[in-house]
Amino acid sequence: MGSNMAEAHPVGFQWVIEAKARGAKVIHIDPRFTRTSAHADQHVTIRAGTDIAFLGGVINHILGHDLDFREYVRAYTNASFLVNERFQDTEDLDGLFSGYDPHTAAYDASSWSYAGVTAQERPGDHAKETSEPYRHGAKGPFVEEGPGEMEADPTLEHPRCVFQVLKRHFARYTPEMVERICGVPQELFLDVCRAWTANSGRERTTALVYSVGWTQHSVGAQYIRAGSIVQLLLGNIGRPGGGIYALRGHASIQGSTDVPTLFNLLPGYLPMPDVAHEDLAGYLDTVRGPREKGFWGDADAYMVSLLKEYWGEAATAENDYCFDYMPRMNGDHGTYRTVMDMNDGKVFGYFLLGQNPAVGSAHGRLQRLGMANLDWLVVRDLAMIESASFWKDAPEVETGEIATERCRTEVFFFPAASHVEKAGTFTQTQRMLQWRDQAVAPSGDQRSELWFFYQLGLRLKERLAGSTDERDRPVQDLAWDYETEGDEPSASDVLRHMNGIDLRTGRTVDGYFDLKADGSTACGCWIYSGVYAGETNQARRRTPHTRTGPYDAEWGWTWPLNRRVLYNRASADPDGQPWSERKKLVWWDAEAGEWTGHDTPDFERTKPPHYQPAEGASGPDALSGSDAFIMMRDGKAWLFAPAGLADGPLPTHYEPHESPMRNLLYGQQANPVRKVYGRPDNPSNPAPPEAHGEVFPYVFTAARLTEHHTAGAMSRQLPYLAELQPALFVEVSPELAQERDLRHLEWAHVITSRTAVDARVVVTDRMAPLRVDDRVVHQVWMPYHWGTTGLTTGDVVNDLIGVVADPNVFIQESKVLTCDVRPGRRPRGPALLEYVADYRRRAGITPETGTRIATAGGHTERAHIESHDRPEDAS
Amino acid sequence: MGLKRWIDAWPVYRQLTGTDPLGRGKAAQSPRSAALGSRTESADRMVHSVCPYCAVGCAQRVYVKDERVIQIEGNPDSPISRGRLCPKGSASKQLVTGPQREEHVLYRPPCGTQWQRLDLETAMDMVADRVLDARRKGWQDTDEEGRTLRRTMGLASLGGAALDNEENYLIKKLFTALGALQIENQARI
Amino acid sequence: MTRENSFHGPLTDPAADAGHRDHPPRVGFFTDTSVCIGCKACEVACKEWNDVPEDGIDLLGMSFDNTGMLGASSWRHVAFVEQERPLGRQDAGLADLPVGPSGTEATTEVVADALEVAKRGGGDLGTAPVDLGFPSFGLPGAATGVESRTEFRWLMSSDVCKHCTHAGCLDVCPTGALFRTEFGTVVVQPDICNGCGYCVSGCPYGVIDRRPVDGRAWKCTMCYDRLRDGLEPACAKACPTDSIQFGPLDELRERADRRLAALHEAGVPEAQLYGRDPEDGVGGDGAFFLLLDDPEVYGLPPDPVVPTRDLVSIWKHVGLAASALVAASAAVFLRGGRR
Repeated sequence: MGSNMAEAHPVGFQWVIEAKARGAKVIHIDPRFTRTSAHADQHVTIRAGTDIAFLGGVINHILGHDLDFREYVRAYTNASFLVNERFQDTEDLDGLFSGYDPHTAAYDASSWSYAGVTAQERPGDHAKETSEPYRHGAKGPFVEEGPGEMEADPTLEHPRCVFQVLKRHFARYTPEMVERICGVPQELFLDVCRAWTANSGRERTTALVYSVGWTQHSVGAQYIRAGSIVQLLLGNIGRPGGGIYALRGHASIQGSTDVPTLFNLLPGYLPMPDVAHEDLAGYLDTVRGPREKGFWGDADAYMVSLLKEYWGEAATAENDYCFDYMPRMNGDHGTYRTVMDMNDGKVFGYFLLGQNPAVGSAHGRLQRLGMANLDWLVVRDLAMIESASFWKDAPEVETGEIATERCRTEVFFFPAASHVEKAGTFTQTQRMLQWRDQAVAPSGDQRSELWFFYQLGLRLKERLAGSTDERDRPVQDLAWDYETEGDEPSASDVLRHMNGIDLRTGRTVDGYFDLKADGSTACGCWIYSGVYAGETNQARRRTPHTRTGPYDAEWGWTWPLNRRVLYNRASADPDGQPWSERKKLVWWDAEAGEWTGHDTPDFERTKPPHYQPAEGASGPDALSGSDAFIMMRDGKAWLFAPAGLADGPLPTHYEPHESPMRNLLYGQQANPVRKVYGRPDNPSNPAPPEAHGEVFPYVFTAARLTEHHTAGAMSRQLPYLAELQPALFVEVSPELAQERDLRHLEWAHVITSRTAVDARVVVTDRMAPLRVDDRVVHQVWMPYHWGTTGLTTGDVVNDLIGVVADPNVFIQESKVLTCDVRPGRRPRGPALLEYVADYRRRAGITPETGTRIATAGGHTERAHIESHDRPEDAS
Repeated sequence: MGLKRWIDAWPVYRQLTGTDPLGRGKAAQSPRSAALGSRTESADRMVHSVCPYCAVGCAQRVYVKDERVIQIEGNPDSPISRGRLCPKGSASKQLVTGPQREEHVLYRPPCGTQWQRLDLETAMDMVADRVLDARRKGWQDTDEEGRTLRRTMGLASLGGAALDNEENYLIKKLFTALGALQIENQARI
Repeated sequence: MTRENSFHGPLTDPAADAGHRDHPPRVGFFTDTSVCIGCKACEVACKEWNDVPEDGIDLLGMSFDNTGMLGASSWRHVAFVEQERPLGRQDAGLADLPVGPSGTEATTEVVADALEVAKRGGGDLGTAPVDLGFPSFGLPGAATGVESRTEFRWLMSSDVCKHCTHAGCLDVCPTGALFRTEFGTVVVQPDICNGCGYCVSGCPYGVIDRRPVDGRAWKCTMCYDRLRDGLEPACAKACPTDSIQFGPLDELRERADRRLAALHEAGVPEAQLYGRDPEDGVGGDGAFFLLLDDPEVYGLPPDPVVPTRDLVSIWKHVGLAASALVAASAAVFLRGGRR
């Protein structure tokens, strides 16, 4: 679901083909019939943006028919824990959970906690920017009490136990409702339920694959939660052949999350400090709670080691290891917020590093206008891209909104070194780091980012060397002394420092368990600790798969500690024995007194299955022998998330921000805490209960093609790829073609309240209309790889998409919106602006459209437009 | 070419005198064909790499001759890809050797209408100056409640997700020391 | 060495027949289209290895096929077939959806018209559709005009030179530019070819073609240069799902027979082998296929016949004709040598 694996990950798909040859059944649930569907045993056409309704239906089917893997659920999930008496479900509040404040469109999550837990109440006027999730890194939120005191009902019958809460929450997700919402006929839906449940349990496991088809939604994090709940109920997590595969789309996008260039994270998913953190102790108190279980309990060692790596000798116990050198966040500083701030003149300089937001980010127009309003822009890329040349060839030049001679942005284009011209590691989608050797030297001015930032750092240190300003101390003290090869730092030395070094011996540590909170170790990324164990670059290992076991342990290196399956303790039963011979992975070897198996056990090696922690233990010591989910604060997998999510403890079907349909399940139409940016330059198409949705009657989704890569800089420029998909097209069903008089290969244009884009029409039976609540809904899709440069050019599809985001992770909803489609080409030049403005007029669109977020209970609350919501700028 | 060799090279002669009287095989093979071999075999070296497109992480073998990449193909040893590549991975040589690659720093001054060449060192110095300027203009010491911010909102960065871990590490480290928060990448998108 | 049947019918050892002694086993491709995901890695890997030029950035609208057909600059071609029929036991999930009739008939007409004017790597795409058929969107007449479509499948198949046992292109080549290699494959030698074009009409599959820039004929060499160093051809190596398999032809034929049986057992009765049969009109193909429909659906001729089958009788009965051929080819060779 939410993945087109055959097209987006063709080489990975060989394993699906192989599994199929061994008898696996493949089901593809997607708005489109794709090259993945072509190889599925079952294709299910679903209305874009309704996956939670579908998955909720599956959960209801499982619980309603007692099809869960009860022993697994009881042992490894929080099913038996009781939920706070103050908790109220969407069943009670017309689609809202308890704690909702319509004024701020944010939740006070305190009532979602476990029973008996004294969760801190949060004032209702908290803006969602200061809500929990993005501040947590990956560590999850607090569970204030140890599990010893946790109120629980092992029979799973208490009305407030998670299991029963779950059952009640999803009871209305019936097959009839799935059909009415998703457009999936009941029988087809039940076929999927039957196949999924029949193929799960002791003897069998089912894998679930998703991609950005799930993340790019205003409810994206909850999509994944919904998938997780199904997989946990069926016992498919931590077991071979099970799991949830997040297929990521870029060579090291996993790496760029692990070693983040993200505003809210430090390396290894440690949270970025915020204004509430006065000192290191205060920071650590929010990362690990007292008497909480799991490996986040050692966060002090991870953080101190990071600070030692950042500031070296200057970081001492006396000065809190330079914790105070860290900038603090106090809100949403994500890329879309930043781009709006560019438009508002609050940002002066911008680096684009192998990224082409003029094409690749939602609302390309907003991106380009933002860049046109900077003092300076640095673009580093392999080839010339639209984000560097916007001042002369942006669509806004044609419409007159950007005048080249008056655009004041100073632009620097630096040619980048390619992947064969530099050494380093990529982290692929299964968390495996693989080292690349340098094949040839780059030419001319081409340089790696490593060179660029190292050299920039040297220059900045030089310029600030004599400064007495306190704000310059972090730069002056920055440890910037990596080994160099010529004028470039050695990537392997950087990786060594990310792995961690014992400062007493100068040698690399062997893993994160070697890290200390006393300043005696320096480590740049604790989860990568072990990648340079034994002073050896483990990511460079290349033992052929023909010579290693099924878990290929000597090819590259997988974090953490070269484990392939996370939480694999759950592949054994509570007694430590495999659930079945067929599905054995790791197990307890009583004679040897340790965990063993095919994979590296994701558990303390010698902790026996029946181990009970001592009274008052915390951190890893507090984990019992059956607490398989070792990173969770209660050692359990969360069916119900007692904290940590901005939009509720349980996934709930909300319609997309732009939808042709009223929510059939609740009065609450769309995600009640979704992040809207109500601004004149970011209009939304109306959605029920707002009027005039009929102006944009069709569901739109964007996707990628095998033959191109994302924003196109690495494919549109290449003749061998450009000829394979030589033009931007829009795919429509024969039925929609007839309705709108669209003809195969002729031109059409797609319109939203943002703009209109041209494309050639492809009429195909691969697209099919759906019957949704007795009306026919048409879906269209476009690939988004085109722009104004390259061997094949076309309009920027992302220009159609406005910015509205998931409140947990601030990822935009670009997988579903509404649109109109008309035959013929779009107007050119200023006429385009008038044409789109006319659409906005007809649809009654104002900056307030789409921002009246709360709709539960039959009344619509106030609009959330920027002037109301923007926190006062700090000074 | 001497007369004898020239005659030998004539397929009809070889056809009439050799094992291939119909002249459709051995006799028709040209000297060039007879000398053909795989260019990877004559490479100066083979270097291990990883495909830069999607996140599957297919292993690549990069063949280099005279300091030029002459072929990129899959590495069958990889447990991930078993030597296979998709069309994008298969186009990697074109990606790294094609004429679309820019080789020089280009500079567009404010309100300029075309690119200019700029010396790399000069450009680096100019960027360093501008970073400090933007940092200063967007600097915030504390919020309205007097809590520490110690940051600048004057500059931002958006990275692609084909950068190396080591590169991302230095980027985050340097920007954090500068107090820059708005450091983002494709993973947010 | 020369036997009567060396222009047609079964021939166990074409390399030996072409004068190669102590030659390696005959190799070939078995393309199992049932696992083809239509990614076109084969097309790109081929072009990267063989330095084949790009040949047209035009949207053809033949489903996801923008290559169109094999040609001088397209040595691999992935066909996409959209059909109103089920694939084995696959459920396309159309039941109960509010669908109308298929749109494939209408789109096919549009594509056919467009192809008439599309130029491609030296071959005019529209020149010979009647003879060879196109990768089609449906069985002829499949669009029945009924109210709603109920079935759908999307087939993909990577086509390539067949390296025929009896290769028409080779048999008619007057210059010796085409030759049978020690691997039993058929290769055109660019240093010999003078662009006369006889081979183009000699190919029963419409594979070989001339490149406009130099007039010479080009086609798949099965990566002859790689084979000589023991490497597999670039396309087969890249193929993500092993749809394109390379190896000794005997082994491939056995593998194909097993795969066919497995698919039949798995409820895909429409699976069939194409080019596998040494008794067919070209003596069996060095590159053969497992198809999920009749060959013409993929743009493959249902009953290819080597055009030189009739040449045997000429050779046998009119000795003079042979001499004439020698003279003609000498003339061509000399002309070419002076270029």
